[in-house]
Amino acid sequence: MSLSLHLPVLVILLPLMASPLCILIDRARASWLITLIASLLSFYCSVLLLQQVQITGTISYELGGWQPPWGIEYRIDLLSAFMLILVTGLATLVLLFARYSVEQEISKLRIVPFYATLLLAIAGLTGICVSGDVFNVFVFLEISSIASYTLISMGRDRRALNAAFKYLVMGTIGATFILIGIGFLYMHTGTLNMQDLAGRLPALYDNRTIRAGFAFITVGIGLKLALFPLHLWLPNAYTYAPSVVSALLAATATKVAVYMLLRFLLNIFSLDFSLDAMPLDLILIALGSTAIISASLVAIFQVNLKRLLAYSSVAQLGYIALAIGLANHSGLTAAMLHIFNHALMKGALFLSLGAMVYKLGDAELHSSQGLIRHMPLTSVSILVGGLSLIGIPGTAGFISKWYMIQATLELGLWPLALIILAGSVLAVIYIWKIVESIFFQSPPSTVAVHEAPVSMIVPMAILAAANIYFGLNTHLTVDLADSASTLLVMGGGQ
Amino acid sequence: MDIALLSMLSITAIAAIRLRDLFAVTMLFGIYSFLTAAFFLTLDAIDVAFTEAAVGAGVTTVLMLATLRLTGRYEQTPKHSPLIPILVVCITGAALVYGTLDAPTVGDPEAPSQTHVAPRYIQQSADEIGIPNMVTSVLASYRGYDTLGETFVIFCAGLAVIIILGLQDSGEIHPGRSAIGDQLVLRVVIKMLLPFILLFALYVQLHGDYGAGGGFQAGVIFASGFILYDLVFGEGDARLIIPPNWLRRMAALGVLLYAGVGVTTLIMGKNFLDYSALAESPTAGQHLGIFLVEIGVGITVFSVILTIFFAFSGRARIAVKTGRGGS
Repeated sequence: MSLSLHLPVLVILLPLMASPLCILIDRARASWLITLIASLLSFYCSVLLLQQVQITGTISYELGGWQPPWGIEYRIDLLSAFMLILVTGLATLVLLFARYSVEQEISKLRIVPFYATLLLAIAGLTGICVSGDVFNVFVFLEISSIASYTLISMGRDRRALNAAFKYLVMGTIGATFILIGIGFLYMHTGTLNMQDLAGRLPALYDNRTIRAGFAFITVGIGLKLALFPLHLWLPNAYTYAPSVVSALLAATATKVAVYMLLRFLLNIFSLDFSLDAMPLDLILIALGSTAIISASLVAIFQVNLKRLLAYSSVAQLGYIALAIGLANHSGLTAAMLHIFNHALMKGALFLSLGAMVYKLGDAELHSSQGLIRHMPLTSVSILVGGLSLIGIPGTAGFISKWYMIQATLELGLWPLALIILAGSVLAVIYIWKIVESIFFQSPPSTVAVHEAPVSMIVPMAILAAANIYFGLNTHLTVDLADSASTLLVMGGGQ
Repeated sequence: MDIALLSMLSITAIAAIRLRDLFAVTMLFGIYSFLTAAFFLTLDAIDVAFTEAAVGAGVTTVLMLATLRLTGRYEQTPKHSPLIPILVVCITGAALVYGTLDAPTVGDPEAPSQTHVAPRYIQQSADEIGIPNMVTSVLASYRGYDTLGETFVIFCAGLAVIIILGLQDSGEIHPGRSAIGDQLVLRVVIKMLLPFILLFALYVQLHGDYGAGGGFQAGVIFASGFILYDLVFGEGDARLIIPPNWLRRMAALGVLLYAGVGVTTLIMGKNFLDYSALAESPTAGQHLGIFLVEIGVGITVFSVILTIFFAFSGRARIAVKTGRGGS
């Protein structure tokens, strides 16, 4: 048996099967270790897959040995491999961080089911990224969603339950819309396979059922992606979730929703239909711009740092939506770069806040006063993440904003470039608020804490360093994003 | 027939929205599910109708009633204005109607859903898989990976309930003291029915190849047997037969069995879940594979549904206990 042939399914199987294993073994420490190892191996498989895809081109894997469209197909192109690395890589780092944080924030009896659920969330998210079958995407979306609702509800604050419930209601509406849309597509094509759909849809673009299906799918994914004004579930969910969960979901979950949007709009439908014949490009640009300005403004007035970052996430998703709405090659490249870079920033920032919560008990702005004195590494990591969020040259955030502005100017849409810059200015304000408190205010005299444990510092530092590395060395990310968006623009060429 | 069913469906739905008595609403939901099941039946989707009747009308109703015991019978009047929700519902409804304008009529043999992938399932599944019920063939083999995913969804739901409600701290149990009072007639009837319910569940489990049925429905029916026993013969009696702690392990074993079949096919050198690797002839392999994964599904569904019921009923006992302590 050659394992390398089965990599596409192994990436998913590792976290998926590790989950019931945790329940069977039923030991808290062991379940953390199993989770870490499963995601590390899954990350390793993703790296191997990316290499394979770069050499051989798109990989197709027939589940159950049935050839598509009769059976389910896994189809891994450059974009899928890119997303796999993002999800499994960040999951591994977050899990390295997780051990102490989870022991403190989650009651002892719930640690095993917590890790089991976390594994299901990871498996669900990775499953979405590799599937070449729309119904299979829906199934894995369900796995990841139900797992996420549960994980969010485990926050220490009682309000976490409410936040999770709100997310559950909104998320379920989103999932139902996606399912209705898939049903409409099936009604006229008789197939669920993405490639097959892409071949059969162009003849049906004037069909009203197909158009309604398109609308349902877009709105449904919009809910999952927290596209303004469908973002109302996000701030509370990120604020009250356990630190580890906030970090994982902020870095990966919404990005996977963006990936789904790209797949549906550009591969299953085509660029010409989605962003030209349908007015979606204008809608995305308008909503994206509103999100950038309004969510950044709201972020400025937050006193809870997790909530502040949550609003900033809504704004950053606005950037991505705007970039997709530009509907040209450089816009898509910028969107993909920002998917990756934003995951790095928010990963670093939410992990740092996790360390702060571990030591200080909360993530309120006033608790962070003078943090530099007793938690210097955490403070620096927040600073780096913040600079990258603003888009200072030398950080990853600069690269994606640079490409975004170029994409707007290519089309002569300079007002949009101004909006992007305005968003950065607003980011300066809210990041400055944090930096001022951490670096320039004296700590309350009663506090005497030390730096977080090494196992928390290391993943945080790796992510902070990555923010700088990918800001200076852009080859890897830009090349990948560039070739992936070429594939997308060609449509169906996956 | 269709019009009659549909109008009854909408009347039930509207009544369920208007009423504030949640007990009545739960009953209406049960009726709604039965009507839906009947509707599926007229569409010749027997497996779906079966599942809807077992899950929607049966178990869900019991779980909702268990919840009502915890929360109280009447809904509070909502404070927020219904304007935006109504608007959203109207737009969604309009979009749905718009979408059906160009839809092929029900039962149209020329519809794409009948002419593209379906013919192979209909014509060749008997040769390729070797079982007469092609719904089972599609569900467990052609699209067996989706079913694996759905089984994990159910497993995940079980985990969610364990995490949110907890199973360990479920208060004391009262063997022999019934939740619904001492009902002599019910006891006699249930005692006679119970073996048949469990037997029927096993029949449904093992007979999915030939008729409507399979692991999902069988798990639900098997669990309902236990729930019925617990309701009528005394709180916590079912726990003495299967301790809650076993249940989560059983649920884990069920999904592992399903995924394990896939891993076995990997080791035998075929693709994941390609059951033909399991035996000499492909159809024998398919038989064996489908049999095993259906058992996996059955175990997981049974364990999760019973877990959910235990979590709710255990919760009720805690609530009652603390309530009495206060007064």
